[in-house]
Amino acid sequence: MSEAAAARIPEVLRATSISLAAIALALAASAVLILLAGADPLVAYWALLQGAVGDGFALGNTLARTTPLIFTGLAVAFAFRCNLLNIGAEGQLYAGALASVVIGIYLTGLPAVLHIALAIAGGFMAGAAWGGVAGYLRSARGINEIISTIMLNFVAIFFVSYLVHGPLAEPPGFFHQTAMVAESARLPVLYAKSDLSIAIFIAVGFALVTAYVLWRTPFGLKLRAVGESTGTARFAGVPVNRYVFGAMSVSGGLAGLAGTTEMIGGQYRLLDFFSPGYGFDGIAVAFLGRSDPIGVVFAAFLFAALRVGANQMQRTTGLPTSLILVIQGMVILFILGVAVLEWHRRRRRG
Amino acid sequence: MPLLRMERITKTFPGVVANDRVDFAVDRGEIHALLGENGSGKTTLMNALYGLHRPDSGRMLLDGEEVGFTSPIDAIAAGIGMVHQHFMLVPPLTVVENIVLGLKTANARGSPLLDLRTAAARIRELAAAHGLDIDTDAQVWQLPVGAQQRVEILKALYRDADLLILDEPTAVLAPSEVEHLIGVLRSLAASGKAIIFISHKLNEVMEVADRISVLRGGRLAGTVAAAETDPSELARLMVGRDIVPPRRRSSRPGAPVLWIEDLSVRDDRGLRAVDGVGFSLFEGEILGIAGVDGNGQKELTEAIAGVRAVEDGRLDLPGLAPSRGARFRDIGHVTEDRHQTGLLMSFRLWENLALKSSGRPPFGSPFWLRVGAMRDATVRAIETFSIKAPGPDIPASVLSGGNQQKLVLARELGLGPKLLLAAQPTRGLDVGATEYVHRRLLAARDDGMAILLVSTELDEILALSDRILVMYEGRAMGQVNADEVTRETIGLMMSGIASREAATGSAS
Ligand SMILES: Nc1ncnc2c1ncn2[C@@H]1O[C@H](COP(=O)(O)OP(=O)(O)O)[C@@H](O)[C@H]1O
Ligand SMILES: [Mg+2]
Repeated sequence: MSEAAAARIPEVLRATSISLAAIALALAASAVLILLAGADPLVAYWALLQGAVGDGFALGNTLARTTPLIFTGLAVAFAFRCNLLNIGAEGQLYAGALASVVIGIYLTGLPAVLHIALAIAGGFMAGAAWGGVAGYLRSARGINEIISTIMLNFVAIFFVSYLVHGPLAEPPGFFHQTAMVAESARLPVLYAKSDLSIAIFIAVGFALVTAYVLWRTPFGLKLRAVGESTGTARFAGVPVNRYVFGAMSVSGGLAGLAGTTEMIGGQYRLLDFFSPGYGFDGIAVAFLGRSDPIGVVFAAFLFAALRVGANQMQRTTGLPTSLILVIQGMVILFILGVAVLEWHRRRRRG
Repeated sequence: MPLLRMERITKTFPGVVANDRVDFAVDRGEIHALLGENGSGKTTLMNALYGLHRPDSGRMLLDGEEVGFTSPIDAIAAGIGMVHQHFMLVPPLTVVENIVLGLKTANARGSPLLDLRTAAARIRELAAAHGLDIDTDAQVWQLPVGAQQRVEILKALYRDADLLILDEPTAVLAPSEVEHLIGVLRSLAASGKAIIFISHKLNEVMEVADRISVLRGGRLAGTVAAAETDPSELARLMVGRDIVPPRRRSSRPGAPVLWIEDLSVRDDRGLRAVDGVGFSLFEGEILGIAGVDGNGQKELTEAIAGVRAVEDGRLDLPGLAPSRGARFRDIGHVTEDRHQTGLLMSFRLWENLALKSSGRPPFGSPFWLRVGAMRDATVRAIETFSIKAPGPDIPASVLSGGNQQKLVLARELGLGPKLLLAAQPTRGLDVGATEYVHRRLLAARDDGMAILLVSTELDEILALSDRILVMYEGRAMGQVNADEVTRETIGLMMSGIASREAATGSAS
């Protein structure tokens, strides 16, 4: 390992231990809630664990759910490195899903490799275009990206809803859904029972590429420089507005891939409101992963495991699955708590 | 018996010994200056006393009793007050509110209710006694820096501090305010308070202090009585060697690098900050831009650097690359504000150093960074510019101000620019670092670099420049040869009351 990489180790360890501690504290605090609800926390957590990773089927489900969360988590993390808050991953996900489904259904007669590559590229570009709208508004018009991405979510989600109710509805149109994508556009399946495809490998691959881009390319360095200080970046000759636009576009593209892999990796057809909020969970995933692509992979797995395991927990203990939302919220709160503590310590030292 | 005695205080941070067995003592009624270059450990020593750091070893005696504060609250209770380099005030609160903030009993009768009227009366009394004039009802954000500093001092006095620590109090003050502050400190000392005055400016400590303790590299280099020393001895103690002002050889200007005619530039508020300025700059010379802060110097340099639009006029850079990206590497720019426009504070030293040249040899291609090469270059820069840093992987924020400035200089000179814009290159630096920066600038000039030096320090302008242009309210008051001009002439031109002809006319 290079010296530079070695120098990062203490930092990574620290970040990791903070995230782990936050998770442990959240589980401990939730245990109190479980007790108050009249259940045994150990039993509940055991059921949660069994439900999430207890057997092949559970693990398959968890991994299948991890995939979109990795993409939306990467999307939010990438924008955040440029000091942009992308709340629009949900909308960009729908844009990506739409493009991929259209390519998957209507472009036929292609060899599978090419068809899949086109669906992925189309999903990325559609998400990037949708993110790029917010990027353009921010860099050229000074419009806050938080507001614009929230608004663009509604546009994308309801536009897709309109399409599956009319123009893109599968003939004869009884159901509000599109047709299935062609066989040649479907990702190879790893485990059919739980809709697990090789999409999970694609997601991890993109995480590695994103990490590389951020830390090992001039583009990444300048993008992070813009995120740290626009003044310094501008005076060093970085075209700040172009980087803001670029960061939002790439971020949107990554979120778009969450839609793509849902479509060609298991669902095969587009329904309205098909996403259970992967785009919004991506914000929490990025946060827990400390905006580090590798951290995002682990955080996505954890959030997926919590969601998947929740059903088993409910069956065993009668606790509502919404308890999982409480745990997730508490993880975020504890991380925020640590951030505040750090901030205080730094002020004291300064 | 001294009021405070610190014995063999040692404090280490990862990779740095900030204080190394330092002995230090202050008497009642004494102004004791703590002198040292940036990073020599002055603040750390005082933070150890004030309960912000725990020293690794050593002992502290207050009034003969051993103490060891674990928080500023304990230190304040023991009669120690500290005015930090960065003020700790709450801007939207009034002066009285700030001063009583955090006190358990804000009034004499011990009731839990705030009695601001009584507090204000007592504050005014304290203020009047020591010449600390202040409007107690003003909100702090409305006050100029000098007044905020007086609030900090009053805060300490209100808490009955016997020992007052001021960390670089003059760094933020204008010359007239410094005079005023010194008067206040004298009055406080006369009333029996002990005062620790931190500074890295020789003349200042000579003027204000009774005794002077000099720190160098975390160690006590010596304690001397102000009456028995002189600036050159202090400089020697501080830097560890004699300070010789750099000598400027006569310049041999070459081809033109910068050509400006009738240039007008607007500032951030849209007002015309540069108004019809014209001059030229050649290889191998230093053109000094003199002037009081805020007379268009900043906008002028930013326009030349290409980060601010030119409103009108001509700005040519013959011999420099025409493309925007390449131009940023042809022009070195030591900016006025390291924090906002110079460095990426949380980024590693090597990321800062390579920021402008990443993506090109030897630091990689557009698609990858050669981190090894960048780190090696940083290690070399740390050596050549004697930057005090344990290695290339630490964040820039850990460096002291002087070392941050050296890092900026290393980056901007390292590109081998044809033109260097140096805006206030030694602001906030101590003697040693200033001397060093001056030498580097002169050496770069001798190697043929064209340098535009913007400074509000007349001494700096006179020491380095071949030619001097004085700016006043956005206009060029005139251009003079550095060898033929007196301080008085330039001073007159800086205050705008004389154009060049009138000034030289009245001077001769
Ligand atoms: N909190 C800290 N963590 C690590 N190093 C520090 C910290 N505070 C100061 N230092 C280091 O200790 C040395 C002394 O710093 P300081 O006391 O601030 O110097 P001064 O006040 O004389 O400029 C410097 O090398 C500085 O980088
Ligand atoms: Mg200091």
